[in-house]
Amino acid sequence: MSDNLDKDQSIFSNAILRWIDDRFPLSSLIREHATDYYASKNFNIWYIFGVLSLVVLVIQLLTGIFLTMSYKPSAKDAFDSVEYIMRSVEWGWLIRYMHSTGSSFFFIVVYLHMFRAMLYGSYKKPRELIWIVGMLIYFCLMAEAFFGYLLPWGNMSYWAAQVIVNLFGAIPYIGETLTEWIRGDYYISDITLNRFFAFHVIVLPLAIIALVFVHILALHHVGSNNPDGIEIKNYKDEQGKPIDGVAFHPYHTSKDLFWITVFLILFFAAVFFAPEMGGYFLEVDNFEPANPLQTPEHIVPAWYLTPYYAILRAIPDKLMGAIALASSVLFFVFLPWLDKCKVKSIRYRGWQYKLALSCFVISFLALGYLGMQPASGIYVPLARFFTILYFIFFITMPFYTRIEKTKTVPERVVYKK
Amino acid sequence: MKFFRIITANFLLLIATSSVSVFAASEANEGDDFLKANNDVSDIDSLQRGARNFFNYCAGCHSLKFIRYNQIAEDLDLDEVELTQNIIFTDAKPEDLVTTNMLSADGSRWFGKVPPDLSLIARSRGTDQVYNFLRTFYTDPNSPTGTDNQVLPGTSMPNILWLVQEQLNEKEFDQFTLDIVNFLDYVGEPIQSERKRIGIWVILFLLVFLIFSYGLYKDIWKEID
Repeated sequence: MSDNLDKDQSIFSNAILRWIDDRFPLSSLIREHATDYYASKNFNIWYIFGVLSLVVLVIQLLTGIFLTMSYKPSAKDAFDSVEYIMRSVEWGWLIRYMHSTGSSFFFIVVYLHMFRAMLYGSYKKPRELIWIVGMLIYFCLMAEAFFGYLLPWGNMSYWAAQVIVNLFGAIPYIGETLTEWIRGDYYISDITLNRFFAFHVIVLPLAIIALVFVHILALHHVGSNNPDGIEIKNYKDEQGKPIDGVAFHPYHTSKDLFWITVFLILFFAAVFFAPEMGGYFLEVDNFEPANPLQTPEHIVPAWYLTPYYAILRAIPDKLMGAIALASSVLFFVFLPWLDKCKVKSIRYRGWQYKLALSCFVISFLALGYLGMQPASGIYVPLARFFTILYFIFFITMPFYTRIEKTKTVPERVVYKK
Repeated sequence: MKFFRIITANFLLLIATSSVSVFAASEANEGDDFLKANNDVSDIDSLQRGARNFFNYCAGCHSLKFIRYNQIAEDLDLDEVELTQNIIFTDAKPEDLVTTNMLSADGSRWFGKVPPDLSLIARSRGTDQVYNFLRTFYTDPNSPTGTDNQVLPGTSMPNILWLVQEQLNEKEFDQFTLDIVNFLDYVGEPIQSERKRIGIWVILFLLVFLIFSYGLYKDIWKEID
């Protein structure tokens, strides 16, 4: 068993690292997850958003730690302490802008990462668990963003929290009690702010880190999908290495480094030149402290949650609206079983799925836009139309994916140098 | 690749329609008199004039509680004498925050509401709003202050600049108010000029790094076929 011998061999010549290797599986970890982890060589641009979400996660964690050092989670001091960070803390403005811009960029890369999975069938067997864990990360991320949104204690923070917490009031019988339990008070108050802070800085970051760990572990167990939706494990060379795969390190890491740099240029362009992004990253109403007596003209959640907000408002009944909202995000979890098509990649799928997916993307973007508009006039029927289109994608999926006429999937991945 | 063309076309169409409607909506909100401020926070002369105007006409009622006098002096190239003679009209020390001597009880008794702190007004309302607010007072005998405002109807603020408006010609008055707006924009985020200056260096560094990371990527991948 030369393979086993290989696995135990240290990759280091350094004495300290060898000392560690005798006591901790450092070499085999590096081998298993980097130098001997093979992923397809034909990854395209869609395959960078996984590593980019990891980059943003690290940015958020690091900047978050420094923000916590100067932020005061109390209704009396929160707003002022954010301004204190922006003005008096050394480089506080940079840390705060990185964190606020980071939250928006987190959703941008995560949405593109999810779209990649829908393009190339990455949620299909044997990657269902990766997808489900990914969706759990996404739910945690939404919760994390929601709790974090209250912390600056601006007026939009306050009223957005009010609206979202009140959603739970739509649940029959226990609704009112439940909202009080969540808030810890009869209205959004200092108590609410304190517990949201606890959730934002401890509970959800821990959950997200743990889930990301599981997500990557599961991925490395089954191997990455690729734009052709073919298992590269089916063709191995005499050493047992996939012929169409290249080692994660140094090949994919060097490619990722290049794309991370491209990403950082865009990210820091936003941080330094447009941190408010015209009111989308930092809302103008949030430059006024929370005021329970003065409702903003339009209460709007942050842009990344507006598609769901539009679905909520599209339905006239409060309870039904809340149910539609919940199911609109929950449907994603069931994609691996709703999609009956055997072919993974969109490259070889029929027009039915292509049409359905483009309609879905359009309805998601349109709902995102409509969620920012007042719920009146032409916006109401439009929101209803796109809500229906949104759900049609999921509900009718078992039918149109079954009758899909697929193209022949090639045996080996398509790679042009 | 036809699929991607369809998607791209749909995206573009969606973006086009939504931007048209956004544009139309923003046009509808603003009357003919609504002007863009287009102020320049890197214009130190304008900021100095704006600070002078603010502390002569606004600071009696409005505070800037998030900024200190000495920071204004430092950012606006004012020396200690200029600061104490032209900016600080209270007994405040240079290291103090810009507060007002007016008691809030007096404020609500005199104006019906406490004059708000203006530290973040340019960020929460936007510079265009503030600029037009200062320019659109008109006589209204029914109002307790004798004037009303087009941007903020029913405002409790009297037309404090009426004397200035009479003494200056239209162009000078525009500049006078624009300088105040520019100063308030600066106060809303004192670091903003510095932020953009640093940003250029950060982006330049990353662009250089991009060349190296691209070279590394291509060099490592050249053996893959």
